[in-house]
Amino acid sequence: MTNETLIWLIPLPPVLAFFLIVLLTNKSKALSHTIGVGAAFLSWLGSMVVFVSALGVEHLGEHPFESSINWLPTGNTWFRIGVLIDPLGAAVLFFVSITIFMIFLYSVGYHNFGQPAGDHDRAGLPPHGATIEDHRHKHAVPSVEPMYSRFFAFLGLFAFGMYVLVVSDNLLTMFVGWEIMGLCSYLLIGFWYGKESARNAAIKAFMTTRIGDVFMLLGIAFLYSATGTLNFREIFTEEKLHMLVTTPSAFGFSAAGMIALLLFIGTIGKSAQFPLHVWLPDAMEGPTPVSAMIHAATMVSAGVYAVIRMFPLLSLDPKTMSIVAFIGAFTALFAATIAVAQNDIKRVLAYSTISQLGFMIAALGVGAYVAAAFHLITHAFFKALLFLGSGSVIHGMEHGVLHTGNHHVDPQDMFNMGGLKNKMPITFWTFLIGGFALSGFPIITAGFWSKDEILADAFGHGHMAVFITLAVAAFMTAFYTMRQITLTFLGEPRTKEAEHAQETPWTMTAPLVVLAFFAVTYGWVGIPEHFPLLGGLVPNWFHEFVGGTLAEHPEVLEFNIIPLLTSLFVALGGLFFGWFVYRNVNSPGEDKLQIPVLKNKWYFDEAYDFLFVKPATWVAEILIYKWMDKGLIDGILHIFGPATQGLGSVIRNYIDLPVINRFFGDGSADVTYWFGGKLRAVQTGRVQQYLMFALVTFVLIGAALFFFRLLA
Amino acid sequence: MVPLSWYLIFAAALFSIGLFGVLSRRNAVAILLGIELMLNSVNINLVAFWRYGNTANMMGQVFAIIVFAVAAAEVAVGLALVISVYRRRNTVVADEIDMMKW
Amino acid sequence: MTGEQITFLVVALFTLGSGFMVVTTGNLVHAALWLVSTLFGVAVTYAVLDAAFLAVVQVVVYIGAIAILFIFAVMLTRKDMRDQGPQMNKNWWFGALLSVSTFGGLYFLLQGWSGLSKTAAAIPSGFDAVAELGNALVSPTAYVLPFEVASVLLVAALVGAVYVAFNRK
Repeated sequence: MTNETLIWLIPLPPVLAFFLIVLLTNKSKALSHTIGVGAAFLSWLGSMVVFVSALGVEHLGEHPFESSINWLPTGNTWFRIGVLIDPLGAAVLFFVSITIFMIFLYSVGYHNFGQPAGDHDRAGLPPHGATIEDHRHKHAVPSVEPMYSRFFAFLGLFAFGMYVLVVSDNLLTMFVGWEIMGLCSYLLIGFWYGKESARNAAIKAFMTTRIGDVFMLLGIAFLYSATGTLNFREIFTEEKLHMLVTTPSAFGFSAAGMIALLLFIGTIGKSAQFPLHVWLPDAMEGPTPVSAMIHAATMVSAGVYAVIRMFPLLSLDPKTMSIVAFIGAFTALFAATIAVAQNDIKRVLAYSTISQLGFMIAALGVGAYVAAAFHLITHAFFKALLFLGSGSVIHGMEHGVLHTGNHHVDPQDMFNMGGLKNKMPITFWTFLIGGFALSGFPIITAGFWSKDEILADAFGHGHMAVFITLAVAAFMTAFYTMRQITLTFLGEPRTKEAEHAQETPWTMTAPLVVLAFFAVTYGWVGIPEHFPLLGGLVPNWFHEFVGGTLAEHPEVLEFNIIPLLTSLFVALGGLFFGWFVYRNVNSPGEDKLQIPVLKNKWYFDEAYDFLFVKPATWVAEILIYKWMDKGLIDGILHIFGPATQGLGSVIRNYIDLPVINRFFGDGSADVTYWFGGKLRAVQTGRVQQYLMFALVTFVLIGAALFFFRLLA
Repeated sequence: MVPLSWYLIFAAALFSIGLFGVLSRRNAVAILLGIELMLNSVNINLVAFWRYGNTANMMGQVFAIIVFAVAAAEVAVGLALVISVYRRRNTVVADEIDMMKW
Repeated sequence: MTGEQITFLVVALFTLGSGFMVVTTGNLVHAALWLVSTLFGVAVTYAVLDAAFLAVVQVVVYIGAIAILFIFAVMLTRKDMRDQGPQMNKNWWFGALLSVSTFGGLYFLLQGWSGLSKTAAAIPSGFDAVAELGNALVSPTAYVLPFEVASVLLVAALVGAVYVAFNRK
């Protein structure tokens, strides 16, 4: 089988898994997870085969694996869709397939496969534990998720969406994959639909990303009308790009810039950049594998991937580039400021995701194509690691909650944790690796290499504002990451529940280890050539490989010591400060950074609620529903009833009764009666009168005949 | 030299007088008197036409004879009826004999 | 004015006058007697019209039988020997109007007839009106059938009158 056929087949196993589970195996948990994990494994296998073959191709950028078919007839031509694996696609395929596979495997343990069904568990609510009797001792143990199979089905659909997006060779099918993931994020964030907060979060996520999607669709339509094609390789030809950049559009942008801007707005929604960032923290309502999937491996990465794909178009208009850079840098700093004041372990990671995506977007805004792609991949690894790790921590805490029976303790609140390093060692070490990668700990973590490259590119191209903003954001990233690690794992357990925490099963810890491996080693494929000491030992494979995607190979910057020192300083300094400040903090009261405006996310949710949600609700409930629908339309209809009734009664009382009944009906009878009565008088019984009438009639008839000349 | 018209007018006048009597008299017998006058005027007409037409054709006189017979019969029966009614109702006023009505 | 005309006028006026009295007099017996005089005048008219037989038959049948019958009927239908109440009914004026208009109508019609001013032809000599009348009445090719039927009619009337007026006690 050729590579192209294999590429077509890669998205297939997860969607098959979705249909099989939904239609057939919903009742069997074991069968469903086998199908799900098996499908993820098959797709991973296929992706690896393609990746390895892609590595072997010279100049993959000029000769990518591609295959397309005629799909929509458009007049005399056909709209073609197909698959494309160029270097960027191959690299993305690598990390997407492994992370998806790890998450599938993790979900088996996360949803407590093999545990008994809960005492009070209902479908739609998180499981609460079961009581088992053991030597006349009652133990509370974690219970299995009631909707276990459904989870794997949705996860499969999600994986399908991501694979479709990655292997697409045109914007349309990419958008299809984009939207499938939008749907699945709604389904999965609202997985525990019995909780109102989950339902609201799902709607919020869908609505917010939808706003971005509308603009993206506008961009796609604009592009299609301007160039007549949506195929990446056809758009990024010299003539088309030249045509687009010279055609003017609104607000002083060129057509290229406007299209890129519209597509970028889609990314703002999908990758939770300012101002459409509000959905991502709330999306933590979903189960942790979902958070890992959506917010690390796939969905948010899809947004950045889309921008990276459209980079040739984006880079043509400096105005659009500045907007992109600004939003990216601003979001990076903005989200970091909120993250330092969060107490929920998953919320911190959510805001850190927003912040890191801002890094990537800012990188693209300053033209650092390879750096952005690099950071995308390394971030996927360590963020997925961190999320899955946090899920493991929460599971351990829940074990403690079941042990003590105190269900009022929030297992996700970091101030209830502490000292978990000894209780959950594997989780601790992998989480530490992930956290260090996120902070950019030098040399041994992948995050360092990718983040350093972004800072170097920003500095090297002279974008000082972006550089400084990102540096500050990186410092804060390290700071809050260490705060998180300190509060969660170091020190002494602060609650009984933390004391009784336990390590999680192998299905959860094995993926952590695998991801940790990549979080350490992946950075070494992108060591810049001019790096002191280490540069040049290993070729900068990543830059060569992924850089080949573009028509012109991106330049390799001259090495500058300042960005390197800056990133060393911010990473190590932030980590130290985080440990230093928080090693003795045991409650929120002692935490000086619990500033209300930060804790409340700069009141953006409240602002959006006031500006958009309340007016929209007002329009829907009051204006449309109450006034127009019930008032006007129903009012008109309600007029018909009484009006018809009134008309009927008028007709009845004023026409039917008096005229037709009385006047015509009774009237004719009365007239006949009266007439008869009067005529009766003629029949007097008197012979003489009869004779007189006869004679009169005779005379009259005779006269009439005479005068009409009938009688002479 | 009496023109025919004089006889005819004479008969018409007698007929009208008889008609007046029939229409206006209260007594039932008086009504029959009027009828007699009318029949006589008819007879005058018939005989006048016989005389002023073809006297060989006796139809005029024969008709008049038949009219005599009819008049006689009618008077007989009519007066018998009047008498019978008088016996029942004790009245001969025509207006009071009015049961042939609704 | 010839003698015939004067004769006619006198007879006509007498008859009409008597007839008028018949219908206007209050006393019923007087009315019957006036009828007798009218009938007599009619008989004279027949005689003037050379219908001698008819004149005699008129006197015998009408005056001798019918008028007598009337007188009997008047006497049998009186509550007492005097007449009571008016003799004209309520609408006598309408009757008068009607009869006047009838006369007028007849007169008007007669005016339009051409043969009005015919004068009587002379009767051929040797013409025996009575014999001819007798012949006509019994001749099978003439009017024997109406004659016989008239006699049947008289029988019927006779029987009927007797039956109707029969006084069952």
